[in-house]
Amino acid sequence: MALLVDKHRPRNLESLSYHPELSDRLRALAQSGDFPHLLVYGPSGAGKKTRIVATLKELYGPGVEKIKIDARVFQTTTNRKLEFNIVASVYHLEITPSDVGNYDRVVIQDLLKEVAQTQQVDLSAKQRFKVVVINEADHLTRDAQAALRRTMEKYSPNLRLILVANSTSNIIAPIRSRTLLVRVAAPTEGEICDVLRVVGKKEGWRDVEGLNARIAKESGRNLRRALLMYEAVHAQNENLTENTPIPPPDWEALISQIAQQIVQERSPARLLQVRSELYDLLSHCIDPTTIIKTLTWKLIPKTPEEIQPEVVKWAAFYEHRCRLGSKVIFHLEAFVAKYMRVYESHLMGLDFD
Amino acid sequence: MADFFNIKARQAAAAQASSSKAPTTKQEPNRLQPWVEKYRPKTLSEVTAQDHTIQVLSRTLQSSNLPHMLFYGPPGTGKTSTILALAKQLYGPELMKSRVLELNASDERGISIVRAKVKDFARQQLSAAPSYNVMVEDKDAEGGVKQVKYRDKYPCPPFKIVVLDEADSMTQDAQSALRRTMETYSKMTRFCLVCNYVTRIIDPLASRCSKFRFKSLDQGSAVTRVEDIAKLEGVRLAPGVSEELVRIADGDLRKAITFLQSAARLVGNNKPAKGKKRKVVEDEEEEDDRMDVDSAPADSDVVTLKTVQDIAGVIPERTMDDLENAVLSSRNKKNIPYAAIANVVQEMIAEGWSAAQTVGQLFERIMFDERVNDVQKMKIVGYFSETDKRLVDGADEHLAILDLGLRISGVLCQG
Ligand SMILES: Nc1ncnc2c1ncn2[C@@H]1O[C@H](COP(=O)(O)OP(=O)(O)OP(=O)(O)O)[C@@H](O)[C@H]1O
Ligand SMILES: [Mg+2]
Repeated sequence: MALLVDKHRPRNLESLSYHPELSDRLRALAQSGDFPHLLVYGPSGAGKKTRIVATLKELYGPGVEKIKIDARVFQTTTNRKLEFNIVASVYHLEITPSDVGNYDRVVIQDLLKEVAQTQQVDLSAKQRFKVVVINEADHLTRDAQAALRRTMEKYSPNLRLILVANSTSNIIAPIRSRTLLVRVAAPTEGEICDVLRVVGKKEGWRDVEGLNARIAKESGRNLRRALLMYEAVHAQNENLTENTPIPPPDWEALISQIAQQIVQERSPARLLQVRSELYDLLSHCIDPTTIIKTLTWKLIPKTPEEIQPEVVKWAAFYEHRCRLGSKVIFHLEAFVAKYMRVYESHLMGLDFD
Repeated sequence: MADFFNIKARQAAAAQASSSKAPTTKQEPNRLQPWVEKYRPKTLSEVTAQDHTIQVLSRTLQSSNLPHMLFYGPPGTGKTSTILALAKQLYGPELMKSRVLELNASDERGISIVRAKVKDFARQQLSAAPSYNVMVEDKDAEGGVKQVKYRDKYPCPPFKIVVLDEADSMTQDAQSALRRTMETYSKMTRFCLVCNYVTRIIDPLASRCSKFRFKSLDQGSAVTRVEDIAKLEGVRLAPGVSEELVRIADGDLRKAITFLQSAARLVGNNKPAKGKKRKVVEDEEEEDDRMDVDSAPADSDVVTLKTVQDIAGVIPERTMDDLENAVLSSRNKKNIPYAAIANVVQEMIAEGWSAAQTVGQLFERIMFDERVNDVQKMKIVGYFSETDKRLVDGADEHLAILDLGLRISGVLCQG
């Protein structure tokens, strides 16, 4: 059975429940015929993808919903074979080039050229151009981004790009200059409650207002998370009240536990124990940024006020290191060690460094 | 200018890129292109604000000789447009294809490719120019369309041009390989390198070229260009909007034009194809689209400053006030107001404001704020530098911005 998130996903611009001005803007662009390249950005779970799919539908009609998955093989200059999945309808394709890591340029070059050089097959198509949606565009290598530059101009009669990213900081200036930036803000807690109520009604679930509000708060304005939690709560409990506990995901529970342990005892022995738990998280594919961030947010309330800024300082420092370095575990562990040290020196009223 | 020929030239260029596909398809009507492409300068004289460069290049049109060239400058300042326009004016539609090779970062450009493709092209015999009495239509001529000699209109100088667009993404090795090639074939071939960062071009290569710097577009002429386009598209702008567009775009005309287009659509001016269904439009190819303002709806709403700022992702003053006040509230206090700053930052992240934009706008404010003294400012700049680097490296935005806010706040409470 489909998850709630997918089952009740709005399919067109009209049925998107929040940010009506943004929907209007997308509709105006889609109807105009001279649709520009877009760079859609915003926090995760804000509904970027849903909005894009709805925009595509506005552009092409229901045909875009008939998608199939193509497994393609690309060849690098060094003759390595790369497997790559493409989600495609007659009118558009969707790719996630960061799947192939540093080879993303090859894929982009080959694929976009191919698309640009073939005409729309469906002669009755509403648009002359095809749309290529590029997921995780902020993870594209510099090379791949450079490869997009002239392609976006040269092939614009046949090709439009929609880049999807969490942030624009990593997108090189020449690309930003070639796209229209579209910001998708996260829904407010109130808007999340509205969505939950509507979805609940469709499922025939009893509406517990207080519980919904708690879920919205817990979700950190992430609608996808809110829906997952909502579904979990309803699946696990018969009789819901305002105070029914909301089970956090496993990994989050583990990070809470780590935070607890760190604050309780700041010692080398504890550090060792925490390390194995960190390994555990990493081996379950929780990415290091999520680990450091979640850990920081869990630690802060347990930390004396005077040193909270110091904790953030080191969290930001080691998160950056995780990006640049190659052994993630070093930096995670270093952060934990640093925290213990800062905490100790605060208690003793002196600076170690 | 001669649009008919430009369309052909464009098809030719497209055909060259896609050698296998013949351009049998009908050209997409101009009006359905993004405006940046629709209003790409088609002749040198249409390129705005790069007066010096254009002056020098126009002279080469007459002298029919050309040095190797290196164009550099920030995005959207007209580099690619200029070289394409120059090539078109030199060769005209008939010769564009055989005399100009355009390679860019979207093509495979390792050493082997530069060797192979460039050498192949450089080595080819010069294609013959149309004989002296071939006639073409000149739509520019005073008093309407006139027949002129092809060779009078297009000088067709006896050399080929290799355009290496986005050359800064070429590897060092590939660039070195190019040195020899450039010299070997310099009798019949001119190279034009185009890039954003001139420092990424190796010295021996750069020193072989005449350098042309493309300035970030200044207010005056860029504003005029934006206003012209608005007029042609029938978009009404409130006072000050065109200046604001150029200011927000940071001297990048392409960005300014994209913003303009989006703003126009937003205020409901989305009827360019009104009454002219696609099928009809195809017959209109030969019509001068620049004169075609009749489709401008008379009742179109006005684009205001607010619309423009919304579209450009400028963070509203109110939000920035909140952030700055939270950060500065530590002045003359002992502690950093962690909770206050953390709340504002969390809110901003959820709203999706780009961190780069946040850093930029915060910098403007703090650095010109009289409540912060000079010594403090000197410390604070360092934090901005660090944050910018982190963001470019792909560090988490939430942590980076929060850290920046706390650190600035920390500097203030010491003082
Ligand atoms: N000087 C200019 N005069 C008129 N239009 C310009 C000028 N500069 C940029 N434009 C507009 O911006 C668009 C992009 O310009 P162009 O492709 O020449 O930029 P570029 O300098 O090559 O940028 P990049 O470094 O990103 O490749 C053009 O299609 C045109 O609409
Ligand atoms: Mg260019």
